[in-house]
Amino acid sequence: MRNTFAQTFYEAANLDQRLAVVVADISPAGSMQKFRDEFPDRFVNTGVAEQVMIGMCAGMALRGLRPFAYTIATFTLFRPFEFVRDDLCYQNVPVTVVGIGGGVTYSTLGGTHHAMEDVAVAAAIPNMTVIAPCDPAETRAATLWCAGQTRGPVYLRLGKAGEPDFTSRAPEPWEFGKLRYLNRGRDVCILSYGPIMKVAVALADRFQKAGKTVSVVSVHTIKPLDRDGIVDALNTHKQVVVIEEMVPRGSLAGQVKEIAWDRRAQCRLDSFTLHDHFIHNYGSHNDLLAAHGLDLASISAKLGLA
Amino acid sequence: MEIEMGPASPPKFDVLAARRRCLAYRRRILDISQQVTALHVAPAFSCLEMVDLIYHGLMRRDPSRGNPGFLDGFVMSKGHGCLSQYVILEDLGVLTKTDLDRYCTPAGQLGAHPDYGVPGIEASTGSLGHGMGIATGMAYADKIRGDDRRTFLVLSDGEFQEGSTWEAMMMAANLNLENLIAFMDLNDFGGLARMSEGHPAFYPVLEKIRAFGFEAAEVNGHDAAAVLQAVVSRRGRQPFMVVGKTVKGRGVSFMEHFNIWHYRSPSKEEYEKAMAELAEVSS
Repeated sequence: MRNTFAQTFYEAANLDQRLAVVVADISPAGSMQKFRDEFPDRFVNTGVAEQVMIGMCAGMALRGLRPFAYTIATFTLFRPFEFVRDDLCYQNVPVTVVGIGGGVTYSTLGGTHHAMEDVAVAAAIPNMTVIAPCDPAETRAATLWCAGQTRGPVYLRLGKAGEPDFTSRAPEPWEFGKLRYLNRGRDVCILSYGPIMKVAVALADRFQKAGKTVSVVSVHTIKPLDRDGIVDALNTHKQVVVIEEMVPRGSLAGQVKEIAWDRRAQCRLDSFTLHDHFIHNYGSHNDLLAAHGLDLASISAKLGLA
Repeated sequence: MEIEMGPASPPKFDVLAARRRCLAYRRRILDISQQVTALHVAPAFSCLEMVDLIYHGLMRRDPSRGNPGFLDGFVMSKGHGCLSQYVILEDLGVLTKTDLDRYCTPAGQLGAHPDYGVPGIEASTGSLGHGMGIATGMAYADKIRGDDRRTFLVLSDGEFQEGSTWEAMMMAANLNLENLIAFMDLNDFGGLARMSEGHPAFYPVLEKIRAFGFEAAEVNGHDAAAVLQAVVSRRGRQPFMVVGKTVKGRGVSFMEHFNIWHYRSPSKEEYEKAMAELAEVSS
């Protein structure tokens, strides 16, 4: 996703002189180096200084540029939080705050590098839009949307590297603010976003082996949430499962349950999120997800699937 | 990008007229103080001469672009000093008398901190330590686009307790933003205590500013001619900062150096005493 973001940004920035990127001491992956070499004026590295990264983006946007702030999710959002809130959201300027390694992607780096509550924190700020693509193809579509939008600040939550493709053959294109069905079934609907889509897709396979038809949905736009789309998913399936790599407070799962209650939804509804506690585990991304009960085996067991 | 600000072309600036203006601005601020209870009189008075100089002596204007047609930018990083900005914007016709009469009321658009979107206000401030970063981004955007606009910035000395100010200063220096001209309102007061007593390591100031890559000069911040001279005689190859030594509550004897006037509005009796002190005198 990181390389796809960089390549897409590079292509968009070739066509639009207003696009710039401000990073905070992160190595320019993939095409970001190419962008830096070709457009040195539009690449700024503030060093390990995230407050000025966000502040500069605000000032550049107020002067008509379309900056992207770019570093690891914990440092792009948590460290300079009040700058994101005041400089970007209160002033409502079109700056994209890119968080690399949302969730527990940085699985060997410990809790300081886990953005477990980033989506909730970002979505809590008025004017903030939150987008979390699930694979490289969605990353491309989302990046292009961010590069062209003027509605205000966006938190673009990405994974890291090596995410498989889930959507390039999806029947529906990526559309901002809309649920995206990667395939449609009638019995079960799995709602997910971000790289943990790999678990959602594997779970769909287990449901199918158990004789169910399954919809898999990328809820890539967390805010504004496609509430009508959620209502429709709740009304047209017997069972809805939410899987997300985020803490329970402020989660998609919480919002889906709220909508389900308000609309008196009749379906079964299960949700799986990160736990509301810091863990001190290390290993692969899958190891960390398992430590939070977000692995295929744990989820399958709780849903009564073999 | 070269910015011509050498002594060969000093902006036209009438110091006596500025003195008269600043007396009138102080009286106007005190008038507003009689309408609402909460405002920042003393922090507006300490930076008033510098803000007046920026608007009337430094910011270039092109009347063909409307009134005031500023070609340069201004950010009031010490948002709590914004009354100084409001009364000047009223004088310039950017804000109306009604705007100021409705200060901090439900029908109005002006609050105790400047809000982006209000005419003449280029950034929302109030939380301290944000202005330097925003102004650095503005100046950088202008520079890479070849726009010769300059960005003027007024900060409180308290904002230099925020690490974010120093982060942004290093970046402004790294990026050689000679189009960024900052003014520190060195009134030596925080909200709680004198900086020199509560935070003595802040001093000496000038050396620190220079050590972070700014060209800088320390002058009496109430002496507009001295501030102007410092700005026009700068070398102009780096970002510049005037360290303006000021008096909190400047202009009203019983407000000077008394920190209660950071927040307090004068009573009717105090108001009249202050207005008498601020009456125009022939100089």
